Amino acid sequence: MTEQLDAGLIGEQIAESDQLGRPSPAHEVGRARRRKEDSRLVTGRTMWTDNIQLPGMLYVAFLRSPMAHARITRVDTSAARSQPGVVAVVSGRDLADEQGSLPCAWPVTEDIVIPDHPPMAVDEVRYVGEAVACVVATDRYKAADALDAIEIDYEPLEPVLDMTAALAEGSPKVHEAGNRAFTWKFAGGDIEAAFRDAPVVVERTYVQQRLIPTALEPRAVVATTDGETFTLYSATQIPHVLRVMLALTTGIPEHRLRVVAPDVGGGFGSKLQVTAEEVLALLLARRLNRPVKWTESRSEGNLTVHHGRDQLQRISVAADRDGRLRGVKVDLLADMGAYLMLVTPGIPLLGAFMYNGIYKMDAYDFTCTGVFTTKMPTDAYRGAGRPEATFAIERAMDELAHELDVDPVELRRRNWIAHDEFPYTTIAGLTYDSGNYEAATDRALALFGYDKLRAEQADRRERRDPVQLGIGVSTFTEMCGLAPSRVLGSLSYGAGGWEHATVRMLPTGKVEVVTGTSPHGQGHETAWSQIVADALGVPFEDVSVLHGDTSVSHKGMDTYGSRSLAVGGVAVLAACEKVKDRARQLAAHMLEAAVEDIEFADGSFRVRGTGSGKTIQELALATFAAHDLPDGFEPALDADATFDPDNFSFPHGTHLCAAEVDTETGAVKIRSYVAVDDVGTVVNPLIVEGQVHGGIAQGVAQALFEEAVYDGEGNMLTTTMADYLIPSAADLPDFVTDRTETPATSNPLGVKGVGEAGTIASTPAVVNAVVDALRPYGVHDVRMPCTPERIWRTVAEARAAGTGTGAGTAPGTWTTAGTAAEGGPAPTEGGAG
Amino acid sequence: MPRITVTVDGVEYEEEVEPRLLLVHLLRDRLGKTGTPIGCDTSNCGACTVLLDGRSAKSCSVLAVQADGSDVVTIEGLAQGTEWHPMQRAFHEEHALQCGYCTPGMIMAAIDLLKDDPDPSEEAVREGLEGNLCRCTGYCNIIRAVRRGAQEMSRQEVRTA
Repeated sequence: MTEQLDAGLIGEQIAESDQLGRPSPAHEVGRARRRKEDSRLVTGRTMWTDNIQLPGMLYVAFLRSPMAHARITRVDTSAARSQPGVVAVVSGRDLADEQGSLPCAWPVTEDIVIPDHPPMAVDEVRYVGEAVACVVATDRYKAADALDAIEIDYEPLEPVLDMTAALAEGSPKVHEAGNRAFTWKFAGGDIEAAFRDAPVVVERTYVQQRLIPTALEPRAVVATTDGETFTLYSATQIPHVLRVMLALTTGIPEHRLRVVAPDVGGGFGSKLQVTAEEVLALLLARRLNRPVKWTESRSEGNLTVHHGRDQLQRISVAADRDGRLRGVKVDLLADMGAYLMLVTPGIPLLGAFMYNGIYKMDAYDFTCTGVFTTKMPTDAYRGAGRPEATFAIERAMDELAHELDVDPVELRRRNWIAHDEFPYTTIAGLTYDSGNYEAATDRALALFGYDKLRAEQADRRERRDPVQLGIGVSTFTEMCGLAPSRVLGSLSYGAGGWEHATVRMLPTGKVEVVTGTSPHGQGHETAWSQIVADALGVPFEDVSVLHGDTSVSHKGMDTYGSRSLAVGGVAVLAACEKVKDRARQLAAHMLEAAVEDIEFADGSFRVRGTGSGKTIQELALATFAAHDLPDGFEPALDADATFDPDNFSFPHGTHLCAAEVDTETGAVKIRSYVAVDDVGTVVNPLIVEGQVHGGIAQGVAQALFEEAVYDGEGNMLTTTMADYLIPSAADLPDFVTDRTETPATSNPLGVKGVGEAGTIASTPAVVNAVVDALRPYGVHDVRMPCTPERIWRTVAEARAAGTGTGAGTAPGTWTTAGTAAEGGPAPTEGGAG
Repeated sequence: MPRITVTVDGVEYEEEVEPRLLLVHLLRDRLGKTGTPIGCDTSNCGACTVLLDGRSAKSCSVLAVQADGSDVVTIEGLAQGTEWHPMQRAFHEEHALQCGYCTPGMIMAAIDLLKDDPDPSEEAVREGLEGNLCRCTGYCNIIRAVRRGAQEMSRQEVRTA
């Protein structure tokens, strides 16, 4: 016997069961909800890309260039083809007509040089690690074995490793068109006037060393096809962008290509990319008609995951005697590496509007030249352009404070935008909508015990303590919530900055949210549930969030640039508002009242002034039954929304670092670290604090530990985690964090974003502390990372040069020529190559 | 090919393995124990940490043949039915994970650490977990979670004693 399916009957069953959700008056936004994501992550029931095993799946291993720059003169894959388990061996030459060029979506100038970038090298290799051939075999060990049997002959060419030398006449060329990719300029105000007759000018050069993002999950790709349609699983931050770009690159029609980002183990910008391996996995699956998988080893990843930073910054600051800023001039060389990848040339431009920081000034001038070298391409890494800018201005402010013999906090006070001056249009043309630098700084100073630490510093200087105390200040802001589409267009970026969301009301009153953001550790499933719970008055537990699969979430711009909440979270809220609008119409109909008389609160729609009402769950069920709907009312409450912000958001904060520097060993110990951030309205304080913690750790890592080092021939010396030191728990202190809350006025949630804040703020705070500790020795800079060796050498050189007046003198009274460290493992910039 | 017998999360497996097969690949590729991930190839990151005969081991640095006759516990074998291990609960409560990739290894290493020091100081936890790297959290909440887990585990021991 089969019972006829009757929507009304099912409706009754749902209504009578305990499945129908109930409204919830809970106020979720602002609560420290434990994360929904954790359940699978703490029990190992995860779906990392490398976990995927499909019937008949083959494994790919890549042969990579051992040379920084060479012409490929011979490729012989025949011996490898006969190795056990080998199904195919494919070289760049084999794919030359098919593989296309990896995309660059940000041509920052009209005359930019965008070289052809084949996923596997065909004629020439331009960095160590560039793929030249691959083996496809029945297991990962056999694939790796067969790589040894591939024969490639190279004719060495001159490597190009130093940006300044690369731009000099007669330099060997990375590409035929030369080593200059572009020059991009921006100016505001009269910079000549600002510098002419300026009583004080501070000019400094800072090296933003090359970094390796080091998400803990190595990249992995699985591609499969039924001959007609393709599915690509990838450890990516950008399934939606990736789908479009892969369709354009491979010629697979977009509607026949599904991209899935399963559980993704961190990104920090490194998985904001269209990689050679993703393109090649699709091409191999198409060619062999079998599923293929490639999983990166860490050593392979350090060579070939795009790198971050690598800029040479020349910054000049002009000021009056009282410390008032007149102007800032920046001349930047940005190392592109060997090719322009997805947003490589745009990264330094994301900093172009931030070198003025939180300060008022009369003029600003910025020039950036992108330079090709024979190294791994650079691209987005946490903060992307903004940490570099913040570092330069915050370091320069400390230098200016020293020059003027003013407390560095006081100098900042004299120049920053006051809380009652918002909204404020800066000299770089951005309008900061809100902020309160005074409040954040006052709170940070109190938590830090600033005066007491200054007293201890004076005492240690007096005693000529070999362990000196330094205090570093960083008052930062950032432009994030990427981004208003119109602004991106004006900067020649290839896409928009909107975000999409769908909210579906299920018959039982439960809610499915589909988001275009693609979380990989940020906790969107939890935070979006909190937003929806408040907006619709449903229980937090009744909301589920779907993401990261283009067949489920068809539209999106993904996760990077601290955009997910400030753009994607707002889209979720907007979709909820549309659901409520529809529910209100239905409630009016069912309650026989005018729509204007329906009030919504805590999940119920009530007729004003009466007791009668309908819960949102009852209304969802009523649309499922569809027995009694208003004329012309589609039987659904579901809604889509796309939000495109009018402006960036501008989180800010004050970070203070106290560092003990052992002048005899060069060791740095962070004694205390205080961060007071203002990220606007907070949806989940637990998640916000976690983001700040992790961000600070990565910024501290740039200041003290990390550098991707190439030798004089372009070989990378830091291919393993034993050589590229990401900090362990033993290397870091506890961080004291607090917040002030000045809501953003640019979106209805008042949120600003928090993903990059800690990383942007912390690097200058730490280096300022290290330099501050060493001022009595006449030291005015230590090149990052401030390793013990580099600090020791700097102090030794300063002592030898007799530039300092020695510990025992009050700050600001020594006048010295200054010494900047150039020691330590810096072969390419230091000239050892 | 050598034949080995290994117990993983309470289930005994007999497998023929290449001598060079890493324990972590046996777990992941052959036994479907994908809860234990791989984060590096130089035994620095600790993501693949499991308990091997009761002590923590980086399963990328152990050959499957070396585990012959051994008892292996992975992150997937910690919970008793639906009841999480106190350390799993503590990581959840203290928000000690973001992307979660290091979490299995971090939890296994933390449990092992407490065998030598059931009530570790912050300093001791930091030193004790030096071989497990996390890129997301800055470790603050991991330290709190391990100390919370330690408290909870000692309370449980008192209850079961």
